[in-house]
Amino acid sequence: MAEERRPKQCTVVLPTESMKAMAESIGVGQLQEESCAALSEEVSYRIKEIAQDALKFMHHGKRCKLTTSDIDHALKLKNVEPLYGFQSQEFIPFRFASGGGRELHFYEEKEVDLSDIINTPLPRVPLDVSLKAHWLSIEGVQPAIPENPPPAPKEQQKTESTEPLKAVKPGQEEEGSIQKGQGATSAEAKGKKDGLMRMKPRSTHELSVEQQLYYKEITEACVGSCEAKRAEALQSIATDPGLYQMLPRFSTFISEGVRVNVVQNNLALLIYLMRMVKALMDNPTLYLEKYLHELIPAVVTCIVSKQLCLRPDVDNHWALRDFAARLMAQSCKTFSTTTNNIQSRITKTFTKSWLDDKTQWTTRYGCIAGLSELGPDVIKTLILPRLTVEGARIKAVSDGPVVSNIDKIGADHVQSLLLKHCASVIAKARPLPDNVEQYRADYGYLGPMLCSHVVKARAQAALQAQQVNRTTLTITQPRPTLTVSQSGIGGSGGSRTASIIKVPSSLTLMSTRPGTPTQLSPPATKYIVMATSSGSSSTQQVITRTSSSLTSATSTPQPLVKLESGGSGGLGGSRPLQKYIVVSLPSSSSLESKSGVLPPSSSASPILLEARIKVDCSDSPSASTQSPH
Amino acid sequence: MAAVQDGQLNMEVEKDIKTEITNDGSGNINANSSSPGSTSSGGKSKSPAGSGEDQQTLLAVLQFLKRNKLTESVDILRREAGLSADADDSPVSDSAGAGSGGVPNVSADGGDANSLLSRVSIATPFAPPATAPPKVVAASGGEDQPDVNVVLSAYSQQGDPVLYPLYYNGLKKFIESVLDCHRAELSQVFYPLFVHMYLELVYNNHENEAKQFFEKFSGDQECYYEEDLRILSSMSKKEHMKGNETMLDFRTSKFVLRISRDSYQLLKRHLQERQNNQIWNIIQEHLYIDIFDGMPRSKSQIDAMSGSLAGEGKRDANKAKVFYGLLKEPEIEVPLDDEDEEAENEEGKPKKKKPKKDSMGSKSKKQDPNAPQQTRIPLPELKDSDKLDKIMNMKEATKKIRLGPDNLPSICFYSFLNAYQGLTAVDFTDDSSLIAGGFADSTVRVWSVTPKKLRRVKSAADLSNIDKESDDVLERIMDEKTASESKILYGHSGPVYGISFSPDRNYLLSSSEDGTVRLWSLQTFTCLVGYKGHNYPVWDTQFSPYGYYFISGGHDRVARLWATDHYQPLRMFAGHLADITCTLFHPNSNYVATGSADRTIRLWDVLTGNCVRILTGHKGPIHSLAFSPNGKFMASGATDGRVLLWDVGHGLMVGELKGHTDTIYALKFSRDGEILASGSMDNTVKLWDTLKAFDDVELDDFTAATGHIHLPENSQELLLGTYMTKSTPVIHLHFTRRNLLLAAGAYNP
Repeated sequence: MAEERRPKQCTVVLPTESMKAMAESIGVGQLQEESCAALSEEVSYRIKEIAQDALKFMHHGKRCKLTTSDIDHALKLKNVEPLYGFQSQEFIPFRFASGGGRELHFYEEKEVDLSDIINTPLPRVPLDVSLKAHWLSIEGVQPAIPENPPPAPKEQQKTESTEPLKAVKPGQEEEGSIQKGQGATSAEAKGKKDGLMRMKPRSTHELSVEQQLYYKEITEACVGSCEAKRAEALQSIATDPGLYQMLPRFSTFISEGVRVNVVQNNLALLIYLMRMVKALMDNPTLYLEKYLHELIPAVVTCIVSKQLCLRPDVDNHWALRDFAARLMAQSCKTFSTTTNNIQSRITKTFTKSWLDDKTQWTTRYGCIAGLSELGPDVIKTLILPRLTVEGARIKAVSDGPVVSNIDKIGADHVQSLLLKHCASVIAKARPLPDNVEQYRADYGYLGPMLCSHVVKARAQAALQAQQVNRTTLTITQPRPTLTVSQSGIGGSGGSRTASIIKVPSSLTLMSTRPGTPTQLSPPATKYIVMATSSGSSSTQQVITRTSSSLTSATSTPQPLVKLESGGSGGLGGSRPLQKYIVVSLPSSSSLESKSGVLPPSSSASPILLEARIKVDCSDSPSASTQSPH
Repeated sequence: MAAVQDGQLNMEVEKDIKTEITNDGSGNINANSSSPGSTSSGGKSKSPAGSGEDQQTLLAVLQFLKRNKLTESVDILRREAGLSADADDSPVSDSAGAGSGGVPNVSADGGDANSLLSRVSIATPFAPPATAPPKVVAASGGEDQPDVNVVLSAYSQQGDPVLYPLYYNGLKKFIESVLDCHRAELSQVFYPLFVHMYLELVYNNHENEAKQFFEKFSGDQECYYEEDLRILSSMSKKEHMKGNETMLDFRTSKFVLRISRDSYQLLKRHLQERQNNQIWNIIQEHLYIDIFDGMPRSKSQIDAMSGSLAGEGKRDANKAKVFYGLLKEPEIEVPLDDEDEEAENEEGKPKKKKPKKDSMGSKSKKQDPNAPQQTRIPLPELKDSDKLDKIMNMKEATKKIRLGPDNLPSICFYSFLNAYQGLTAVDFTDDSSLIAGGFADSTVRVWSVTPKKLRRVKSAADLSNIDKESDDVLERIMDEKTASESKILYGHSGPVYGISFSPDRNYLLSSSEDGTVRLWSLQTFTCLVGYKGHNYPVWDTQFSPYGYYFISGGHDRVARLWATDHYQPLRMFAGHLADITCTLFHPNSNYVATGSADRTIRLWDVLTGNCVRILTGHKGPIHSLAFSPNGKFMASGATDGRVLLWDVGHGLMVGELKGHTDTIYALKFSRDGEILASGSMDNTVKLWDTLKAFDDVELDDFTAATGHIHLPENSQELLLGTYMTKSTPVIHLHFTRRNLLLAAGAYNP
C-alpha cells in the first residue's frame, strides 16, 4: 500500500478563540463554547473548500503563487461576494497584535491624506507587455546567452569542483551533459554509461570553436588599446552567464599575464588584468573558488610588488595598488571560509612584509593598503599600534638626508595613505577632545597630522548626518577607476596583428589534462602565499623568484609563456614588447567534427590558441597613467 | 444565480443548468450522458430496495420538471422510466422523436440514447455474476442528484460504527495473507471501500468514529489519492455532504475496478464465509467490479491505470471503434493549377510540382480503413484563401527539416516581458505569423511576429470609396493608419484562460472566467460573438482543424461543441466528474478529446455525441493534450509532471514519460510526429523520442483485448533533451511548418 504515511489531515480546524473574536467584532458577545466549536468547524470546512477552488484558478492562471484574485474568483464561483480591499500583487502585510490574552492578525489600513496623493507626482506608468524572442536551443544545443540560464549553475560548478570523485549516476550525467550544451550526442552519452564510477568528465574543459573565438576576442580586447572595446569585453565578462568553461583559461591568462608584466614593469597591462579579475568577480554565475590559487597571487603581486612600472617616480602605480588591494579585500569577503582561511593568511602575509625593516616603500605602501582595505577592525588591531614606528620611519626619510627621490615619494604616499585610513577609524574609536599633544604622544610623528585629519573626519561625519536627507553630497572617497590612456600607439610602432589559431601537428607543448597550467607553472605562483609561513622572506624575493623562474621558463623545452622582446625602435624610452601567451586548448573530437574549421586530423594533438598580444608600453614618455587621486 | 449558502437551493440551481442541457441539446445528446432513462434502467434491475429509492428519485425529478414546465422532458422521462402516467394530467405526445431532435446535422445512428445504451449493456461480455448490472459510469451529477437526501439515504443502512475499523482491518488482514499475485489486485478495493465507509460514518453522524477511522487508515491509501483524501478529511459533518461535488461524485458514480476472476472469487468467498455483510453491501452498491479472465495484473500494471476519481475506465467503455485516420486532403487539382499560374515566371515550377506530386501520392495512398468517411461530419467548404494557404503549407512542408534523435529541432522562445504574472494562455497560428496571449486582466493581445503589421479594415464609409474592381482590393481595404505590431482586444470581464486561432487566421476564440467564449475578428479586431452557455469559468476552447466548429469546456463539467454561426451549442458532452481543464480536436475533426480534473481523458464522437474512450492513469488534473499528426496517438500531461502516451485506436496507454517536476502546460508533436515536445511549469522544455516510444510497445492480441499493458521503463532513453529557461514557465509550444519549435511563456523575475 502507500509508501509513506501522510500527516494527519482531518484535525486542522480554526481555534474557537478566533470565532469569539470575530463574533465580538460584529457585536455578538458571549458566544457559547459549543457554538464556537460548531462554527469553527463549519468555517474551516468552507475555507478549505474555497481554497481548493482558488487553487484551480491558480493552476489555470499558470502561476505557482495563489493570489487574492484567485480567492475572489473562487468566491464568485460559490456566488459569494468577493473580499474588498485586499487587492495586492504581492503579499498582504498582516499585522499582529496581542493584548488581554487575545492574539489578533489584522490588516492595517492607513488613513490616506488625499492632498498627499494629489500633490505627489504620478508614479511611472508600468511597462506594457512586450514580446521578446531568443534561441532556447539551436539544433539541440542551448546557446550560452544572457536570455538562457547559465549552462552550469553555480551550485553545479561547486559540486563539480568540491566532489569530483562522487559517483555519477548515468541518468544524471546524461541529463547534465545535455544541459551543459556540450552537444553530447546520445551515442556519446550511452558510451559514458559504461563506467559507473567516473571521475570528472573530461568534457568540462572542452571549448567549442565559438568559445575559442570568444576567448580570443575577449582577451585581446581586455589587453588591447581600444578602451571602448575593453569596456565592452569587461562588461561581457562581468555579465555573461556561459563563461564557466572558459574560467580556467581566463585565470591562467591573468596569472601568467601578471607574472610576465610584473617583470616587464608594464603598468598598463597589469591594470587591465586587474580589471579583468574584477569583472570575473562581478559575474554572479561563476564559481571562482576553484581558481583562487591563481588569481590571489596575481592580485597580491599587484599590491606588494616592489616595482610595477618603469618609472616609479612618475607613474601612478599607487592607484593600481589601491585597486588591487580593494579587489583583495573583496575576495577575502566573498571567498574566505574557515577551511581556506584566506583572510588570515593574507593578513599575515601583509603584516610580515610590513614589519620587515628592509621592505621598500612601495611594498610597504601595498601592505598597508591591503591591510586597511580589510576593514576598520584590521586597521585598529594591526595598523594603529604601529603608527608610531611607521611615523618615525617616515620622519627619517623626509627629514633626513635625501637618499633618493623614490624613497621620498614612497614615504609621502605611505603617510597620506595612513592618514586617510586611520583618521576615520580613530574618529570613530577615540573619544573627544582631539588634543594635538595627546595625539603626538600616542602616535608619534604622525600625531599632529592625524589630529587634524580626525577633526576633519568628525566634521564631515557630522555634516553628513545633517545633510543626509537633503542633498546628495557624497563625501565617500571616490573610487579610483583605472583608466590608462594610451597615447603614442602609432609612434611606438607595430600595428596589432591579428591573432590566429594554430594547429601544430607535431608540437606538443602541454599535456591535455585539465589543471595542467597550475601543475606546470613555476613555483612562484604559490610562493607568495606560501611565503607567509616561512617568515623571513620578503616580497622582494617573491618578485625576483618570479622573474627568475620566468627566465628559466623561456629556456625550458616546455614553456608556458614565451617572451620575446622585440627590437626597440619607437620613441625614445619606449620598449615595444611582443608577448605570446600560449594557452593550451584540449581538443574535443565531437566539436571538431562539427566545426569544420579545424582539420579532423588534429584531434589527437592539442590545439594551441596562440593569442599574440602586442602591447604598447605604457611607460613611454607620452603615455600617462591617470587616476582620480 | 441564486445565493448559494443554502445547499438545497444550490442543488436546484445546478439542476437547472443540467436540465437545460437536456433541452437545448435536445435529444441528440450523448447516449451515456445520464439521461434520466439510463439511471432508471440501471435502477430497475437493481435490488428491490434500490429500485424503491430510484422510484423516489424519479418522482422528485418529475416533480421538479413539472414545476418548471418542462413537459416534454417529463414525458420522456416517464416513458423511459416505465412509470405510468398516473400522476400526469397533461400528456404531450410529441414523444416520437425521443432521442433524435431538432438539430439538423444528426445522422441516422446518432442520438438515440436508449438504443445505444442497450447496445452497451448487451456488449458486456463479462458481466459479473453477483454485482449490480452495468450502470453507466459516466452518469454526470445532474439528474442523479435531485435531492441530496435521497441520494444519501443509501448510506442510512448502517452497522455498528465501532465495528467499521474491525471490518476494514479484517479485510486488510485477509488481503495481506492472500497469494502475491492476487494481493495487488485485491488491494484496489481498499480505497473505494475506505471512502464509502468513511462517508457512511459521517452521514450517520458518527463524527468521532469517522475521524478515528480516517486517521487509522488514510495512511494506507495510495499516495496519488492524496488530493481526494484531503477533501474527504475536511468533510466531517453530515451537513458538509450537501453540495459537495466530490462527495456526490463518489456517491453517484460507481468506482470501477478491474479484477481477474480468480481474485474476485477469492474475495467473494472470504466475505461470504465471514458473513461480512457490511463490506459486501458496499462493494455491491458502490463498486463496479469489472471481471476479466486471465492472469491477475501486477502492481505496476494496476498503478499505471489507476488514479482517477472513479477508478478505471471500464473495458467496454473503450470498445467502440474510433476512426482515427486522417481525412483525405480534399483539393489537389486546384492548387496545382493555381500554382502553375502563380509560378509561371519562376523557374521553380517543375521543382514545386514534384513534391506536390509526392504529397498527392501519399495522400491518395491513404485510403485509410481507419479514416472516417469524408462526409461523416459536414465540414466547411474551402475558400480560395484557404486553398492558397494550403499551397503555402505544402511549399513550406517541402522545406521541412526531418527531425530525429540525431537531429533535434531548434527552439525559439518567445518571452512575454512585463506580464506581471498575468499571462494565462497563448496560441500561435498554424503558419506561425501571429501570437495571441490571454491575460488575467481580461485582455487578449495579438502580436505579429513577422514584419507584416496588423491592420484593421477601413471603416464602412471609407470602404465605399474603394474601387472594388481593382486587383489589390484586399490591400486597399486595410487601413494603413492602424498598422501596429500588436493589438489589444477588450471584452471579457475575467481572466482569459483559453485562446485559439482559427485555421484561416481570420478569427480568434477566447474563453474566460466570466463564463463566455468570444469570437474575435482579426480583420476588424472587434468581438463578433459572445457564446454564452457555460455559466462558470470556461477553462479552455479550441478551434477545429477545419475551422467552423469549436469546443469549449469548463468548470461546469460539460464540454460543448459549437459552430461559429450558431449561438447555441450543437453538442454537449457530459460525463466528466470534475472540471474540464483542456480540450482538443482530433486532426480529422470527427472526435474531441477533453481532459479533466477528475484525472481522466475522454474522447467524444462529434457525430453521435458519445463518449468513445475513457483513459485513466493520470494522478492529477490534466492540463495539456496533443494528438500525433497521424491521429493515431495522443499525449497528455498533468499536474503530476508525467506525460502519458495513448493509442487512440485501442484505447490503451502505451507510454509514460517521466522527467518533469511540475505541471505540464504544453505538449506538441512535431509535424511528422517523430518528436514530442513538452513544456512545463518547472521552466523546462523537454524533447522526447516518440518514434521509439511507439515502436517499443508490443501490442499482442492479449494486451489489446484486455488492455493490460506492460509499460517499459524507458523515460530516460526517450528523453532527447532538456532545455531550461530563465524562470519562465513554458505555457505553449508550437512546431512551425518547417519543424522549428516555438515556445512561449511569461518571464517571472
